[in-house]
Amino acid sequence: MIPVPPAIQAIPWKLIAILAGITGFGLLVLYSAAGGSITPWALNQGVRFLLFLSVALVIGRLPIRLFEDFSYLAYIGILVLLIAVELLGFVGGGSQRWLNLGFMNLQPSELMKVAIVIALARFYTQLPPGSTRTLTALWPALVMIGVPAALVMLQPDLGTALAICIGGVVVMFAAGLPLWWFGSTAAAGIAALPVLFSFLHDYQQKRVLIFMDPESDPLGAGYHISQSKIAIGSGGIGGKGFLNGSQSHLDYLPEGHTDFIFATMAEEWGLIGGLFLLFLFFLLLRWSTRVALRARTRFGQLTAAGLTMTIFFYIAINLSMVMGMAPVVGIPLPLFSYGGSSMLTIMTCVGIILAIENDSKKGTRRFQ
Amino acid sequence: MPRKKSPPITEAWRGFTFTRRALVVGGAQTAVGVALAARMTYISVVDNDRYVLESESNRVNLTLVPPRRGWIVDRNGKALANNRVSLRIDIIPDRLHNKDFVLGQLRTLLQLDGDTMERIQRDLKSASGFQPVAVAEDMTEAEYSSILVRLPELPGVAPQRGFARNYPTGAAVGHLIGYVGAPTAEEYEKVKDPLYITPGFRTGKDGLEKYFQDMLRGKPGAKRVEVTAGGKVVRELETTRDTQGKTVHLTIDADLQEFVARRMGRESGAAVVIDCQNGDILSFVSMPCFDPNSFSDGISSSEYSWLREDDHQPLINKATRGLYPPGSTLKPMAAIAAIEHGIDPSERHTCIGGYRLGSRFFRCLGRHGSVDMATAIMKSCNSYFYWVAHRLGYDAIAPTARLMGLGEEFQLAGSNQRYGTIPDSAWKMKKYDQPWSASDSLNAVIGQGYVSVNPLQLAVMAARIASGRRLYPRLVNRHFRNEALPFSAEALATARHGMDLVVNGPGGTAGRSKLPLDGIAMAGKTGTAQVRGLNTGNGKSGTWKFRDHGLFIGFAPVVNPRYATAVVIEHGMGGSRAAAPVAKDFMTFLFDRAKAMEALEAFEAGWGGTIKERMDRDYAAWKAGIARPDAGLAQ
Repeated sequence: MIPVPPAIQAIPWKLIAILAGITGFGLLVLYSAAGGSITPWALNQGVRFLLFLSVALVIGRLPIRLFEDFSYLAYIGILVLLIAVELLGFVGGGSQRWLNLGFMNLQPSELMKVAIVIALARFYTQLPPGSTRTLTALWPALVMIGVPAALVMLQPDLGTALAICIGGVVVMFAAGLPLWWFGSTAAAGIAALPVLFSFLHDYQQKRVLIFMDPESDPLGAGYHISQSKIAIGSGGIGGKGFLNGSQSHLDYLPEGHTDFIFATMAEEWGLIGGLFLLFLFFLLLRWSTRVALRARTRFGQLTAAGLTMTIFFYIAINLSMVMGMAPVVGIPLPLFSYGGSSMLTIMTCVGIILAIENDSKKGTRRFQ
Repeated sequence: MPRKKSPPITEAWRGFTFTRRALVVGGAQTAVGVALAARMTYISVVDNDRYVLESESNRVNLTLVPPRRGWIVDRNGKALANNRVSLRIDIIPDRLHNKDFVLGQLRTLLQLDGDTMERIQRDLKSASGFQPVAVAEDMTEAEYSSILVRLPELPGVAPQRGFARNYPTGAAVGHLIGYVGAPTAEEYEKVKDPLYITPGFRTGKDGLEKYFQDMLRGKPGAKRVEVTAGGKVVRELETTRDTQGKTVHLTIDADLQEFVARRMGRESGAAVVIDCQNGDILSFVSMPCFDPNSFSDGISSSEYSWLREDDHQPLINKATRGLYPPGSTLKPMAAIAAIEHGIDPSERHTCIGGYRLGSRFFRCLGRHGSVDMATAIMKSCNSYFYWVAHRLGYDAIAPTARLMGLGEEFQLAGSNQRYGTIPDSAWKMKKYDQPWSASDSLNAVIGQGYVSVNPLQLAVMAARIASGRRLYPRLVNRHFRNEALPFSAEALATARHGMDLVVNGPGGTAGRSKLPLDGIAMAGKTGTAQVRGLNTGNGKSGTWKFRDHGLFIGFAPVVNPRYATAVVIEHGMGGSRAAAPVAKDFMTFLFDRAKAMEALEAFEAGWGGTIKERMDRDYAAWKAGIARPDAGLAQ
């Protein structure tokens, strides 16, 4: 038996297989959505995946200490960027979500999804255990979540704002804050829904209303959901076959390569394709949850749990949306949808979780 | 209090809590995942049928192809109404993305006027989805191809080779066949058939086209095409051909119909020819007439007002809707009634230029001296028939008139009849609450006074006298008993003999209208009906609309009659002058076409061309605001 060199052993082959499985399947769908062509989407997406995978693997090799040390700095930096975007948007008129850095469009709200998790993990790591049930454990976290979430809401980007909140709240939950805080907040939140609803922009309100009753406006804003359900439903168990999806190829399905790519896939691959993709996502989340459970440090635990939730949130909201169970919010399906921003965020999450996994292999558990 | 029971918070406790809560979060995530899988299973398995259907209806667009309308043919299978290829342009609203640009282009390319543009805009507003809106029909090849080459820049524009109704003889069959037109909104509301809002589909609006609508309609074809959401046709899937409507066979003789119509010239009137063997209507003409082709293409409002303003009333079918005092054409019928009531046809009455009834003197057109019944018919002697009517009373004559078909409304396909009046004492009492007088009888027997009939009834009367049978007029092959009339052979023979003399006897009123044929003669009776009251004006000159009507009934040959006819020329100033010559020519046509055509061509040269040529010229003149020359002066 040929001994496997440690350098090869150190590469997380199983994880790469899962990521490549999801992205590879996505490339097939993008190929079909382009009418049987690797341009303009599949090729780009493939190259981008290889690039971001390398980045993730590099991040995975970094010492976890680095993230912990730079967490507040990163958080504050990104917060400044968010404010800058808001100001630029104000100056430019209308909503703006990105900063043009010359070589790329940077969307600070995407980075904030990661930064909030790391910053909160750091905060709860430093918090003395005895203060867990005091207000000291609560208000700094609420401010840290609330400020960026409010800024993103102003853009307005409901989906990302929610992702920031969910990532942060899960870290708070995992940190051991009293259960009844969450329970009563949830109850109050539900009670305040109508008030919150009134704070939404008109088009966001419309989306929510149409989500409640998509058939009320089948040609207008309900069109996306209706057509998406038609695509998924008409696929049946086995699908219409590769390259045979009429909904996507005849342009009935809007955003068939980005937010609604799952519908494009389901039309051609059917329920079998859908369950296969769900299984791959399950494997990814199972891996990251295991990393959280086995993490050697409290910072690692909380970070991994929070980032797992961030990834999960993308998947759950996107799939709920395409199946008509959530309003249309512009959230892509991780690694599957065409687009660089979300892939960068997801791969950064994966890289950090990988770093936590590598760290936990180094020695005994320590809590400090 | 829960807080008191809580264990002290240690790092170990935080570790346990984390593990527990991470598992809870993981469990919740798994639960959501399972819910999503269940939802997907539900959509794609349970609701699969519904969504497959919706996806198909997205993908496939169905367009109806209007059916070709059934032909209407004459007794020999010659088309009176058929279909011709029509090049048309429609707009599919769902595919029209740059409306203003496309409409602007169409307007320039096809030189559409403001009215048309307005109509298109209006139709586009009320149309939905894939329901095409007509832009132009009956385009020339040049116009059509000018659109075809630019089609890629004109999304939403759909050129189509369709069919349009065609009437080969145009105005000659207008009143007989009727016309077709686009269905109205009310018709669509009634049937809710999408075919009714498909451009190019036509329904019968009048005459036989309307009467036989269900038979002529046919079944639409369908074109299935795969379309993108943007409306671009990806490919044609399948096409079901339309089923043409059934053919309607008429008893009409198309050649005769056209000849009669042309022979009417510039006159206003009607002529009906009936086959004496079975009651077949061979020609059914009312002139002048609209061109049904104009109506099928959607008549312009200016052409319609031209037709409506014409004092010759081209929009009215005078053969069934025109009521005229029949004048002397009733005399053969009165003769039959007289014999049936015991008057000896050889009994003579002396005409002294009129008939004295009490203090009133009823005038005759001449001083005919001693006349028997046949001579009285030949010379159209009023005095003789005044004498008969005074002896018998009109109540004795009216039943015979009704047996001849006068005053009767016939069951005739697609016709809308006014059936006039054959008066008697009961009728007068009911209508005017006055007793019948002897002078009423005298007026009625010469076809004036209360008597009014339509030309179809006169033709039926002629056919019944000629055949001795109660022939029922028909346009399609329906069976009638056509039983013998309850008149003696002597009565019928006397009437026929008198009518023979009218044309062929010495000094008959229609002597100039003998058939120019060897061995075939026509019998007939002229009539001149006063338009103004009796004894006011002479009706032989002056304003067209106050001149007398000219009427003629007849049949040919005299022996074993085959064809019977009635001709009414409005304001023709007399039956022998206006009506009989027309009958002479088309009766000649039935036996010798070449000779008749020769005569017709000579006439048409004088009138200024065929019907179509004259109509086009008149219309152009009308549009130019030039007054129309008085047509009554012809001949």
